[in-house]
Amino acid sequence: MKRLAPVLGALAAGLVFGWGLIVSRMFSPAKVLGFLDLAGAWDPSLALVMAGAIPVAAIGFALAGRRGRTLLGDPVKIPTSRVIDGRLILGSLAFGVGWGLAGFCPGPAWVAAGTLAPRALVFLAAMLVGMGLFECLEHLRTSVASAAATSDALQRQDA
Amino acid sequence: MHIDMSSFTPWPALAGGGLIGLGAALLLLLDGRTAGVSGITGGIIHPARDDLGWRLAFVAGLILAPVCYAAFAVLPELRIDAGYGTLIAAGLLVGLGTRYASGCTSGHGVCGIARWSPRSLAATAAFMGAGFATVFLLRHVLAS
Repeated sequence: MKRLAPVLGALAAGLVFGWGLIVSRMFSPAKVLGFLDLAGAWDPSLALVMAGAIPVAAIGFALAGRRGRTLLGDPVKIPTSRVIDGRLILGSLAFGVGWGLAGFCPGPAWVAAGTLAPRALVFLAAMLVGMGLFECLEHLRTSVASAAATSDALQRQDA
Repeated sequence: MHIDMSSFTPWPALAGGGLIGLGAALLLLLDGRTAGVSGITGGIIHPARDDLGWRLAFVAGLILAPVCYAAFAVLPELRIDAGYGTLIAAGLLVGLGTRYASGCTSGHGVCGIARWSPRSLAATAAFMGAGFATVFLLRHVLAS
């Protein structure tokens, strides 16, 4: 760890972000499921959380985008991909099913785990296993792809 | 559809949302990074060189948030109704799905929409739609 300031900055950002998830009650799955249950007794709170968060984040993106550098002088890395493909949509659908099953998404899972509630810890552990599984599958996919490329090249040499 | 006025909390929702946006803006202005919790977590599981410190610090902030909050006020209710089997299945789906989608509620839903990214709008529509459909099935089709 070469510089402390960016690490302290990330700690502060995480604290404020987590504090927001608590103030908005969104760290509680029952609250999130109340929003996802359109046909039941609907709780629109989550929509207002997004309405509160998006404009403030947008100001941050506008400032950071104009500066091009952080306040600490490092480059700003904003995602550039514009591809809408099967990975994005199928991945999001799978995420949405899991979100609807338990009412947890990754941010609230970390915050709720901080209370040491056993059910939150079990969800978090399963989520980390799921992410580990993704890394394994990606590793497998890239090694299969490179093996296929090598055998293609060899076949072309033979012909 | 009817709004459940007894559980609707508009002011805490807006204020908490503002803090979430502020946290995202801080990470952007201090670290130059997008506050996408699934991506930040994924980068801890499979770290690149010199890229671990800020990720661990951000996640530490999330974990410490309820501890700090409890030092000043009583924590709002944390209610988790799902059973352990459901929590495990849901966790696996959320872990796999968010990594394939390169983002979750924070990265696509808040930050992506804040920069009006068509990719994030599509992702958010997909996971919200799937979330609505799943809860509808669980509570109004399978439960009855």
